[in-house]
Amino acid sequence: MATHTDRAYERDLNKLREGLLAMGARVEAMIAECVLSVVQRDSRLAEHVLKSDVAVNRLELEVDDLCRKIIALRQPAASDLRLITTAVKIVTDLERVGDLAVNIAERAVDLNKSEPMPIYDDLPRLAQLAQEQLQNALEAFVKGDVEQAERVLKSDDFLDALFVKLFNDLLQLMMEDSKTIRRATSLLFVAKHLERIGDHATNVAEMVIYLVKGTDVRHPRSR
Amino acid sequence: MSEPAARPKLEIRDLSIHYGTKTAVKNLNLAIAEREVLALIGPSGCGKSTFLRCLNRMNELIPAARQDGHVLLDGQDINARGVDVVELRRRVGMVFQKSNPFPKSIFENVAYGLRVAGLNDKAELALRVEASLQHAALWDEVKDRLGESALSLSGGQQQRLCIARALAVEPEVVLMDEPASALDPLSTAKIEELMHELKARYTIVIVTHNMQQAARVSDQTAFFYMGELIEVGATAQIFTNPGVKRTEDYVTGKFG
Repeated sequence: MATHTDRAYERDLNKLREGLLAMGARVEAMIAECVLSVVQRDSRLAEHVLKSDVAVNRLELEVDDLCRKIIALRQPAASDLRLITTAVKIVTDLERVGDLAVNIAERAVDLNKSEPMPIYDDLPRLAQLAQEQLQNALEAFVKGDVEQAERVLKSDDFLDALFVKLFNDLLQLMMEDSKTIRRATSLLFVAKHLERIGDHATNVAEMVIYLVKGTDVRHPRSR
Repeated sequence: MSEPAARPKLEIRDLSIHYGTKTAVKNLNLAIAEREVLALIGPSGCGKSTFLRCLNRMNELIPAARQDGHVLLDGQDINARGVDVVELRRRVGMVFQKSNPFPKSIFENVAYGLRVAGLNDKAELALRVEASLQHAALWDEVKDRLGESALSLSGGQQQRLCIARALAVEPEVVLMDEPASALDPLSTAKIEELMHELKARYTIVIVTHNMQQAARVSDQTAFFYMGELIEVGATAQIFTNPGVKRTEDYVTGKFG
């Protein structure tokens, strides 16, 4: 790919990509940690997630600031313009993923103070799927790979189905033993947050398609 | 976005322009709709100014220039035998990069073309001069000093005076070659605002090196490179998602 004649501009755009990827790597690790803190009942991992969130928030501010600077000073056009608009949007998605990981970590701290709950295999699977979805969306962003982004959009159904299954299993548990209601509700929230993380990954994937092709695939029924 | 007219105001067919052995414009085909602003962008020497000048046969003034193909204005070939070039240039006016007012009064600058066309009635002249200065958004600034030399005006005012002079003879198409490149941002904004207003009455073709200006003022943008029309499309499309890699490289500053 041709580079910009103005190398300072090229550096700014690279810095922007790097900022987004740094955020992505950080929130991916947060997803893994927050779920482990539930599954392995390890509250120290939860503490680490809270710390990571501070770094993610700082990166969000940096990326937003850089986007404003590029718009004001460079008047980006064509693929550069699409990169900036994509960055402004996915930075919010990544920050939200960080917040959801924090919410899960907070639930973990709470759950770890109570009696252990049976953990269904579907919960770590859901976490793994959510993390993979985000990872694939970010990889599609790096490579400009539309097909990979489209696979992320298709795979969201698996997460949704898994969440519904978990929901029903936890409901069953609560009906059988009312003493589990408080903890099962917490686990239900954990599952819901993971499902939402998957939705943010699809948002990122949709923006990758826009970035590469210039076509907006969001909300097909609203057109 | 305005609906494209059934017949384009200007239609260019298989146009090539040569200077001696050098080809400046290669096999160009393009339609320009009525009451639309078309911006021509591209690096220096890409043929955009040469193309602009062929639209009112200004290239004829360059001895080595030779032209093949057709330029149709309202379906009529402007190079056909019997076409009155003075009348053609009345219908297709031009504004240049450097404002070039005559060393005459403000009034006489605008009245000049009308006098050449045989209009001598004082009252009629005054009306037409005022209307032209109004259209060029200059009237309020000069109405009390019409007798003063045009050279006493600021650069931005001089350029708008030249636009008024071009509008006085009631053209149908206005060609602009870098009309704001020598102006400060405020004067530039006035010219650009003016273009938005002029679009209601005229078809405008503008050459500009300022890509943000092309983005701001035009409905359609045509990108030229090495004498070829690489891509033409809706301006918003060209600046958000151009179809051709070369256009992409140019508008993002990845050239050369």
